[in-house]
Amino acid sequence: MASDKVLQVNDAEFDALVKSDQPTLIDFWAPWCGPCKAIGPVIEDLAAEYEGKVTIAKMNVDDNPVTPGKFGIRAIPTLIIFKDGEVVDQITGSVGKSELIELIGKAG
Amino acid sequence: MEKKDHYELIILGGGPAGLSAGLYAARARLDHLLIEKGAPGGQVLLTDWVDNYPGFPEGLSGFDLVEKMTQHAKRFDLNMLTEEVTKVDLSDEKRKVLHLTGGDSISCDSLIICTGASANTLNVPGELELRGKGVSYCGTCDAPFYRNMHVAVVGGGNTAVQEANYLTKFASRVTIIHRRDELRATKIVQETAFANEKIDFIWNSQVTSIEGENGVERLNLVAKDGSTATLDVEGIFVLIGVTPNNDILPLDLLKAEKWGFIPTDIESRTAIPGVMAAGDICNKDVRQIVNAAGEGAVAVLAAENYLHSPK
Repeated sequence: MASDKVLQVNDAEFDALVKSDQPTLIDFWAPWCGPCKAIGPVIEDLAAEYEGKVTIAKMNVDDNPVTPGKFGIRAIPTLIIFKDGEVVDQITGSVGKSELIELIGKAG
Repeated sequence: MEKKDHYELIILGGGPAGLSAGLYAARARLDHLLIEKGAPGGQVLLTDWVDNYPGFPEGLSGFDLVEKMTQHAKRFDLNMLTEEVTKVDLSDEKRKVLHLTGGDSISCDSLIICTGASANTLNVPGELELRGKGVSYCGTCDAPFYRNMHVAVVGGGNTAVQEANYLTKFASRVTIIHRRDELRATKIVQETAFANEKIDFIWNSQVTSIEGENGVERLNLVAKDGSTATLDVEGIFVLIGVTPNNDILPLDLLKAEKWGFIPTDIESRTAIPGVMAAGDICNKDVRQIVNAAGEGAVAVLAAENYLHSPK
């Protein structure tokens, strides 16, 4: 299953992950959020397609209050693309695959 | 699932209209495919609680209703594909073509458009800049970020008032800003809001701009009489109706009305033979889950008639 490719990241692991050599896309989500659920299959597809090139991870904002607070996240899903630990760009809401590919491309 | 190049019937979109069409198409044993860009559900996934869908006397969450609709269609072998359609080409009536991300395309004899609608924006300064930082279009999604804060809800329809009620579970105060002097929401939804001590109202007013440094701090308002005011809030939920999801559709061929909704007849047929539309994409007054589902069923019957008629 493609879902094996999507990492679940927590507050403690976050810094090390986004500072790794690969660009990293983080999907900030929660189990009670409908649009988060709607983009779930798209995130799984992308994780499979970008394996070895871009790290794609999800962070549950219910379980991890520190990181979403640091980035001022007050709506989900919010997707942030990082390169060398820095925010390149971000997008909020239930967006399509093409918009996410465009977002990931900005870290290229 | 193995994908073919051509189907008798394609259903575009997996909200209530699309899932209902999928159920009817699967039971009719049509050679069908439902294409949805994400998980099925559409706007129902934005709804915390559904209390007006017949057959569920206790009510149920938007999640649960979608899950049940999906399971129901899958029980009859609904054929579903997760893909994003980038363009719908309806110039050849005999072969309707859908272009997919990545360059592939897929075609069909008959098409049911169930692409739905999305939340309208206010189009005021600050809205885009503060989106996700206090500006939200989904109370159900974002309410928990506003624990013990004062937030505003813009709108006076069912969605706005129901979401205001939901927000009071988290926020300390919810101010409904409405451009008229009375709500449009269903009476029972209004009664709950008027009885809720955490909800207050600003009538006959519109938001002119949203201000804040790193998040929403205040709203500037103008009233019908021209007077202005400011309101200090930490969040604003914009719930002022919907705009059709029609970017990928040939609006001229479908004879879309001025806001971009698609006109249909009583059998859900559009201006193009073999192309039906169902749900919130249609030009109509009532946008409820129950009539979207009804239209999905009607559209499949129209598709069957089209497929079986001599050409």
